[in-house]
Amino acid sequence: MKKLINDPEQVVADALRGIESAHGDRLRVSYEPMMIVRADAPVAGKVGLVSGGGSGHEPLHGGFVGPGMLDAACPGEIFTSPTPDQMYEATKAVDGGAGVVHIVKNYTGDVLNFEMAADLARADGIEVETILTNDDVAVEDSLYTAGRRGVGVTVLVEKIAGAAAAAGKSLHDVAEIGRQVNAHGRSMGMALTPCITPASGQPSFELEDDEVEIGIGIHGEPGRFKEKITPGRVASQIAERLLQPIIEDLPFNSGDRVLALVNGMGGTPLIELYIVYAEVARIAAEHGLTIERNLVGNYITSLEMQGCSITLLKLDDELSHYWDAPVNTPGLRWGA
Amino acid sequence: MTIDRDRTLRWMELFAESMAAHRQELVALDTAIGDGDHGTNMNRGMQKVREKLEAAASEQTDPSAVLKTVAMTLISTVGGAAGPLYGTLFLELGKGLAGQSEIDLPTYAAAWRKAAEGVQARAKAEPNDKTMLDALLPAVVALEQAPDLNTALRASTEAAEQGMLATTPLVARKGRASYLGERSAGHQDPGATSTFYLFQSAEQALTS
Repeated sequence: MKKLINDPEQVVADALRGIESAHGDRLRVSYEPMMIVRADAPVAGKVGLVSGGGSGHEPLHGGFVGPGMLDAACPGEIFTSPTPDQMYEATKAVDGGAGVVHIVKNYTGDVLNFEMAADLARADGIEVETILTNDDVAVEDSLYTAGRRGVGVTVLVEKIAGAAAAAGKSLHDVAEIGRQVNAHGRSMGMALTPCITPASGQPSFELEDDEVEIGIGIHGEPGRFKEKITPGRVASQIAERLLQPIIEDLPFNSGDRVLALVNGMGGTPLIELYIVYAEVARIAAEHGLTIERNLVGNYITSLEMQGCSITLLKLDDELSHYWDAPVNTPGLRWGA
Repeated sequence: MTIDRDRTLRWMELFAESMAAHRQELVALDTAIGDGDHGTNMNRGMQKVREKLEAAASEQTDPSAVLKTVAMTLISTVGGAAGPLYGTLFLELGKGLAGQSEIDLPTYAAAWRKAAEGVQARAKAEPNDKTMLDALLPAVVALEQAPDLNTALRASTEAAEQGMLATTPLVARKGRASYLGERSAGHQDPGATSTFYLFQSAEQALTS
C-alpha cells in the first residue's frame, strides 16, 4: 500500500491541518472535538446546517462548509461516523437562534450518533430538525435492512437546503426543502477497483480484471453483484446499468426536468466521467428527460476507488432557484 | 463471592488487552460484511478507556463509577454504530450497579438485563438480525439462570460464544451488513464477536 500520508492513525487530523492552512481565512477548524465551522458562525437569525460522517468522502462534508451551504461539518475517522460530542459542539457553534438542521446519511452509525447529539442539543434548548438522506436504489428498502443508504443526493441536499437557509427560510421550511430533495432524488454507484483504508491496508473487496462491482456504497462495501465488462462499450454499459434502476425507481417520466450528477469515486479521471456523462445525456434524452442542471466531478468519494455514481434529481422552479443561488465553499463555488 | 471496584477495573483492563489482541480479527470479519473498522474503533476506544481510568483513578470509587467512565469514553471515541451501542450498554450496566461497592449475582444479572434492553432499544434490532444482540441476549439469560457467580460467569461466556458462532449462517437485517442481503450469510458477525470477548474478559477478571 502506497499513500501520501504520514501516520495512518493521524490521517484525519493531518488533513484537517491542511484544510486549516488552505482555507483558514474562511473556515475555523477545531481538533478537540474535530469539526470544521464557517469562520463567521453563528450567523444571527439564520438556520444553521450541520452535517458529518466518516472521512474518506472528500470534498463531502468539510469541503462544503461556507456561505450558501453548510455551517459546520464533523469528520469521523475514515469511514466511521463521528461521535455525538462533535455534532453537539458543532450544533452549539452554528446556532444563530433560528434552530439547527442536521443532514444525516442513512447509516446505522451516523443515525445513532446524530440522534444522541440532537438529544444533547435539545436539552440545551436548541431546536434541531434532521434530514435523513437515503437515495441509493442499489439497496432494497424493506423492514429487513437498515434501509437505503444516503449517497449522491446528500451533496444536492446540502446545496439546496443551504441556499434556503441563506435566503432566510425557517427551520421547518429548510428541513422540508431538504427532505423534498431527498424524496425526489435517486442514485446508484459502481466500482472498477476497491479502495484501501489506511488502517486496514487491505483492499475492501476483490475484483478480476474484467469485472466491475455494481451497487457499491461509499465505504468500500461490496456491491449487490459483480458483472463482466463488455470491451468496446464499458461506459455505455455502466451508464445503462446504473440509470435504468434510478429511472424506474422514482419513477422519472418523460417530460421531467432533472439535475444529473455524475460523481467520481475518487480514483477515476475527469475525462472518463465526461464519457459517462455523454452516455447519461443520451439515455436521459431517450427517456424524454430534460437535463436542466448538471454537475460532473468528484463530490462524494470513497478514497482512491475507481468508479462512479449517478444521481438524478427531479427539479421544479423552487429547487432550480436554490441550486443556482450563490455558494462559496472550498468544494463548490459559483455566483459568489 | 462478589464483584468490587478492583475486579471491575481488572475486567476493563483485560477487555482493552483483548481488543488490542483481536483487532485484526475483528477488522477482517468487518471487512467481509461491513466497512472494516470495528476492530480499529473498539481498540481505539478501549485504549482511551485504559488511559482515562488511570488518569482519573481516584474518581473510580465503585463498579458503577468505573462503568460510567467507560461508557462516556466509548461514546466520545469509538464512532460508528459500536460507539453509541457499547456506550449505552456500559451506561445502563453502571446505572444498574449504582450505589453498591460489592455486587452479588442477582444484582449483576439484573443490571445486564437492563443493559441488553438499552442496547436493543437503541439498535432497534431483534434476535437473529445478525448483531451483537445475538451474543448478548443468550449470555444475559445464562447469568439469570446460574446458581452462583462463578458458574454464571462461565455459562455467560459459553452462551455468548454459541450466540456468536450462530450468527455465521444468518442474513443480516441491521447495520451495514444488511445491505449485502444474502451475501452477508456465511460470515460471523463482528459485533457479536467483540461482545463474546467482553464476556470472556469478565469471566477472567471476575471469577474468584
